[in-house]
Amino acid sequence: MNRHRRRHRVAMALCAATALSALAACGGETDSTRLTWYINPDGGGSDPNGKGQAQIARECTEAAGGEYSLEVQLLPNSASDQRQQLIRRLAAQDPGVDLMSIDPVFIAEFAQAGYLAPVPGDMVEVFTEDRVDAAITSSEWDGELVTVPFWANTQLLWYRKSVAEAAGIDPEQGVTWDQLIEAAESEDVTIGVQANRYEGYTVWINALIAGAGGEILVNPGPAVEDIELGLDTDAGRKAAEVIRSVSDSGVGGPSMGTSDETAALNLFQDPNTSGFLVNWPYVWAAFPANGVEFIDDIGAAPYPATTEDGSSAPPYGGISLGVGVAGEHPDLAYQAAECITNQEHQVLYMTGTGNPASRAAVFDDQAVIDQFPMADLIRESLDNAVPRPQTQYYGDLSTGLQREFSPPSSVTEDTPAQASELIIDVLRGEALL
Amino acid sequence: MSTTTSSDTELRPRSSAKPQLSDRAKSERKLGWKLAGPAFIVMLAVTAWPIIQAVYLSFFRYRLTDPDAREVVWLGNYQVILTDPIWWKAFFVTLLITVITVVVELVIGFFIAMMMHRVVIPRRTLRTIVLIPYSIITVVSAYAWLYSFRTDTGFINGWLNILTFGLVPDNFDWFGGFWPSIVAICLSEIWKTTPFMSLLLLAGLAQIDGAMEEAAKVDGATFWQRLFRVVLPNMKAAIMVAVLFRTLDAFRIFDNVFVMTGGANDTTTLSLLAYNATINRVEIGMGSAISVLLFLCVFAIALIFMKGFNVDLAGSKK
Repeated sequence: MNRHRRRHRVAMALCAATALSALAACGGETDSTRLTWYINPDGGGSDPNGKGQAQIARECTEAAGGEYSLEVQLLPNSASDQRQQLIRRLAAQDPGVDLMSIDPVFIAEFAQAGYLAPVPGDMVEVFTEDRVDAAITSSEWDGELVTVPFWANTQLLWYRKSVAEAAGIDPEQGVTWDQLIEAAESEDVTIGVQANRYEGYTVWINALIAGAGGEILVNPGPAVEDIELGLDTDAGRKAAEVIRSVSDSGVGGPSMGTSDETAALNLFQDPNTSGFLVNWPYVWAAFPANGVEFIDDIGAAPYPATTEDGSSAPPYGGISLGVGVAGEHPDLAYQAAECITNQEHQVLYMTGTGNPASRAAVFDDQAVIDQFPMADLIRESLDNAVPRPQTQYYGDLSTGLQREFSPPSSVTEDTPAQASELIIDVLRGEALL
Repeated sequence: MSTTTSSDTELRPRSSAKPQLSDRAKSERKLGWKLAGPAFIVMLAVTAWPIIQAVYLSFFRYRLTDPDAREVVWLGNYQVILTDPIWWKAFFVTLLITVITVVVELVIGFFIAMMMHRVVIPRRTLRTIVLIPYSIITVVSAYAWLYSFRTDTGFINGWLNILTFGLVPDNFDWFGGFWPSIVAICLSEIWKTTPFMSLLLLAGLAQIDGAMEEAAKVDGATFWQRLFRVVLPNMKAAIMVAVLFRTLDAFRIFDNVFVMTGGANDTTTLSLLAYNATINRVEIGMGSAISVLLFLCVFAIALIFMKGFNVDLAGSKK
C-alpha cells in the first residue's frame, strides 16, 4: 500500500514538473524581443552558417545586442505555396508573422488586404537608397513603399558557346526568340524554358508580351470593373506565336509542357542536347554543384528579344521583406529589415546563394565580380527588367493565363483573347478557375 | 441449387410494422444513448458544423484578400458553377477516374483476395506484402509514380521502350496530354488502393460457407460455375460495400492529381477545383459552394448505392 502511495506521489510530482516546464516554455514564447522571419528556401536552408537568410538572421541577432532576436521559419518551395501559407496566417491575424520574404507579385494582394504594417516614413530613404529601379517599383503599392527590397532577380540567356558559334549567332549582341529557335533547330539542340502550369510560365508569358512592347495589365487599379487587359493585342499574339513555335519545333524538349526551372536546367545540363536556356542566375552556382563538365563552354547573354525591332524585357523576380500588421513589434521588424538588407549582407547573400542583390553597388564588389563574371550583365538586365503585373488580383490573373496557355502545343493566335475573356469573367465572379 | 443465405436475407428491406419494444429493450436503448450520447454530440460538432458553415459561406462573394468587397449573392455562386463548363469537365474527369479505378480494382482486388484466401502456407507474409501499397501515404506514392513516369527521372519509359521494341519512345511525356495523364493517375490510384479493395473482398470470401462450394464441386460444377453461381452471389453484400467505399473514396481523388499534373491538360477533379477556389484563390464563397456540391455528389452516390443496390452498411445490427 505504502509503495503504491509513494508511486502515486512520484507520479504527481512528475506531472507538476511537466506542467511547470510547459508553463515556463509558454513564458519563453512571449519573449517580447523574439521576431519570427518567414523565409523562402534558398541555398542556405535553415542552417545558421549556410550563407543564406538563416545566417543573416543569426548575424542580425548578434548585431542587435539583445534588442531583438530573429528566428527563421522555412516556407514551402514554390512561390504559390509560399503565398498560400502566408495568406492563411495573415488572414488569421497571426501575431507570429513579424517578417516575411515575399515574392514581389504578391505584394499588391497583401497590401490591399491590409496585411502589411506601413513602412515608417523616416526609413523609406534607407530602404530605397542605391536599389535597382525594378526592385523599388515591385516593392510599392498604390505609389507607396509597402515592403523592403531585399534581393532582385532577373533571367538571362545561358548558352553553349560552341553551339551558338556553329549556328552563326552571337547571343551577347542580343538575339530574338525566332533566331534562337532557328539556331536550336539547325543544331538539333534544346532551349530550356518554363512552360509547366505554374508561376514560372507566367514569368515567360509576361516577358514575351513586354518584349513585344505590350503589357498584360493596362491599368493597375483597385476595382475589378476598371481592370483593362492588354492581352488581345499584337504583342499578346506575338507572344503566343513564340510559345507555339518553341513547342512545334520541338526545341523546348520532350516535356516542355511540364518543364519548370529545374527541368529546364536539367535539359541544358544534358551534354547531348544542350543549347540554350532562359533561367535565373542561380544556375551559375548550380552548374559546378551538379558536376557539369562543359562550364567553360557556357556563356551568359541578355534575355532574348520578342521582336526584331524591340529590345528584350527580362523578367524581374526576387524577394521583398514585408512586416506583418498583426505582429507585436513592427518597429523592431523594420530595424531587422534594415540589417538584413545592408550592403554587407547583400554581398554575403549574393555570393552565398547566387541570388542577385537589389543594391546596385553590390555588383562592383570584388567578391561578387570574382564569383560572377557576368555581374555587369546581371545588373544591366535588372535595370531593363520588367516586373509582372501589379494587382491585388494577381493570383487569378496568373492562374487564368497559365490555364489558357497550357499546354504550349494548344496555344494559337486566339489564346490571348480567350485568356483575356476568362480572366475578366473570373474577376467578376462569373466563371470558375 | 439454392443460393439464398443468411446474408441475402439481411439485405431484404425491413417490414414496415414496428415491433413493440420490451421494457428491458427500452432501458437498454436509454443506456445506449447515455453512453454514446456525448460522443454523438462531439461527432456532430466536428462533422455537421463545418458543413453548415460551408453552406452559409457559399451564399457570399467573399475573397480573403479583399474582405471589404464581401457581399451576399445567395445562390449566385451555385448558378455560376453549374453553368460553367469547367465544373462539368471536372465532374466527368472525376467520374471517369472513379469508373476506371473502381472497375480495375474490383477485378484485380478479387483475384488478390482469392489468392490470399486459398494460399495457406505463407498466408501472413502474403497478406502483409499485399497491404504495403495501402500503408504508403498517398502523396508519397503519387510522387513515386510521378518520378517513375517523368522523362528525366523515370524508368517506365525505358522499360516500355525495351518491351515494345522501340515502339514507345523513351522520352514520351506522360504528363503532356489528357489520356496519358489519366493513365498515370489511374495507375497510381489503382496501385495504392487495390489492397483495400482486396481486403474487403477477402472478408466477404471468408464468410462463404465452404460446404456449399464443396457441394457444388461434388455435383460436378466447374470452377467458373462455382465462381459465378456460388461464390459471387454469396458475397454480393461484401462486394457492394467494397465498391461503395472505393467509389466514395475515388470520387474525392485529390493527391495524385495535385502532385502529378496539378490539374493541367484538363485533369482537374472536383476536389482540386474546390482546393483551387478555396485555398489557392482564397475565394471562400465560391470554394464553399463547390465543396457543398461535391458533398452532395458523394451523398447522392451513397444514396444510389444504398437504395438502388440495397447495400446495407448496418446489416448485422438489425
